[in-house]
Amino acid sequence: MGMTMTQKILAAHAGQKSVKAGDLIEADLDLVLGNDITSPVAIKEIDKMKKEGVFDKDKIALVMDHFIPNKDIKSAEHCKCVRDFAMKHDITNYFDVGQMGIEHALIPEKGLAVAGDVIIGADSHTCTYGALGAFSTGVGSTDMAAGMATGKAWFKVPSAIKFNITGKFNKWVSGKDLILHIIGMIGVDGALYKSMEFTGDGIINLSMDDRFTIANMAIEAGGKNGIFPIDDATIVYMNEHSDRKYTIYEADDDAVYDEEYTIDLGSLKSTVSFPHLPENTKTIDEVGDVRVDQAVIGSCTNGRISDLREAAAILKGRKVAKNLRCIVIPATQEIYLQAVREGIVETFIEAGAVVSTPTCGPCLGGYMGILAAGERCVATTNRNFVGRMGHVDSEVYLASPAVAAASAVTGKISSPADL
Amino acid sequence: MKAKGHVFKYKDNVDTDVIIPARYLNSSDPKELATHCMEDIDKDFVKKVNEGDIIVAEKNFGCGSSREHAPIAIKAAGVSCVIAETFARIFYRNAINIGLPIIECKEAAHGIEAGDEVEIDFDSGMIYNRTKGTRFQGQAFPEFMQKIISSGGLINYINS
Repeated sequence: MGMTMTQKILAAHAGQKSVKAGDLIEADLDLVLGNDITSPVAIKEIDKMKKEGVFDKDKIALVMDHFIPNKDIKSAEHCKCVRDFAMKHDITNYFDVGQMGIEHALIPEKGLAVAGDVIIGADSHTCTYGALGAFSTGVGSTDMAAGMATGKAWFKVPSAIKFNITGKFNKWVSGKDLILHIIGMIGVDGALYKSMEFTGDGIINLSMDDRFTIANMAIEAGGKNGIFPIDDATIVYMNEHSDRKYTIYEADDDAVYDEEYTIDLGSLKSTVSFPHLPENTKTIDEVGDVRVDQAVIGSCTNGRISDLREAAAILKGRKVAKNLRCIVIPATQEIYLQAVREGIVETFIEAGAVVSTPTCGPCLGGYMGILAAGERCVATTNRNFVGRMGHVDSEVYLASPAVAAASAVTGKISSPADL
Repeated sequence: MKAKGHVFKYKDNVDTDVIIPARYLNSSDPKELATHCMEDIDKDFVKKVNEGDIIVAEKNFGCGSSREHAPIAIKAAGVSCVIAETFARIFYRNAINIGLPIIECKEAAHGIEAGDEVEIDFDSGMIYNRTKGTRFQGQAFPEFMQKIISSGGLINYINS
């Protein structure tokens, strides 16, 4: 029986010729990742272990990104705990204020994830690196601790859903709209425990940033991972960012999938997820009159340079609506600097938006844009659960950078085409 | 191993943000996390929960963030077991790793109501609804999982 792309990567890392869905395997890890919220819990666990030290100081990445620059004393204590651990174990890839970025934008940018890798991260959006043809998945802090100590993790080999992508996006439609469309179609548990494997002749029309956005939100359909085949764009990206050796795995022609869907990119419209689940999707023409108090453009889902360029193209020469706060968060220092050099930051500030240092802040209701009771936000982030961005009676609407920017101008959820 | 307590009942897609909101994730102290457990879905939970009580929910319990603080808060609040029709996969792993018993059982998830008194025998996987006089066959806990739970989590289990 043929294997999926994910199954091939897992088999190779378990030292087995083949695996099948449901098998329990132990795999070697190429990278173990944690942030300032999840790492302190992992460090507490690793300190309890009888085994001393970490498996490989070059294969651990600790990224301070959620509540930094420290929002309060407790967050500062958390970061200090991780910083001390990183110093003690001489962790090569420790990223603090000044070097950090939102982890899932930073790790590919630093060349720490490449095709064929097996990566675990104590952050659910670790599935992002599937865009590069890696198997990467979110775990908890205890798994992170065990991974840092041993360089191994156990997995149940997943079955897969195949998404055959054809065609080309229309103007203002992007990777965010595709993944929201898919989540709306299969539901927030539609891919529970499974791989989401993307394939088809439309992949070539997806930029790397689109692919990162799509793989990033596999978890919002319950997926264990999302994964893309490797093409010229992937190889160009890896050569630009990494000197690590990559391995290309391809799904077998006779690989078995639980379900298969075909999606024509040209048939998609801008898509918005209504509160309080990412599956509550509507196309932009079905949205109606939804007034918003805040627009957030950023996050591990949509804080990359092409996202900022798209938002800036809409905000250029326009003003943010009266009584609306527009918060733009470049995902890494490099993206921030690029945005400064291209004049994008100037465009945002002239439009009346604020531009923040990289942080996960508002996405998870941490800081830097918390909502009051009754307020609404249109955000390029990834979750719109109850209380996600602040008060339990606030609301988050998930959308693309184009829709978030257009909405910032009009003060209600809008299509850029209507400006 | 057995558990017995009264039931708190929830529906589909209870996410880890409502189990423990991110505004409290500047702490990793189980006791402190427990004081905010379920706060954004059931603000009276912490006032009402007693040692040994049981959470029963429907589909996709624990979806969203990978925060291990979620099962830690539930366990530290005194909950002895979570029963659901299905669990989100990261929550499932995390719960086992920290030693919080969880059982997937569709029939129990639909046959148990809030306030019912429920008893669980982890050796056999049998779930008894003492209030209604019904019972459901859940999956028995494999021995290693029982050991993880009785050791207080994966790391203690590895050490022992």
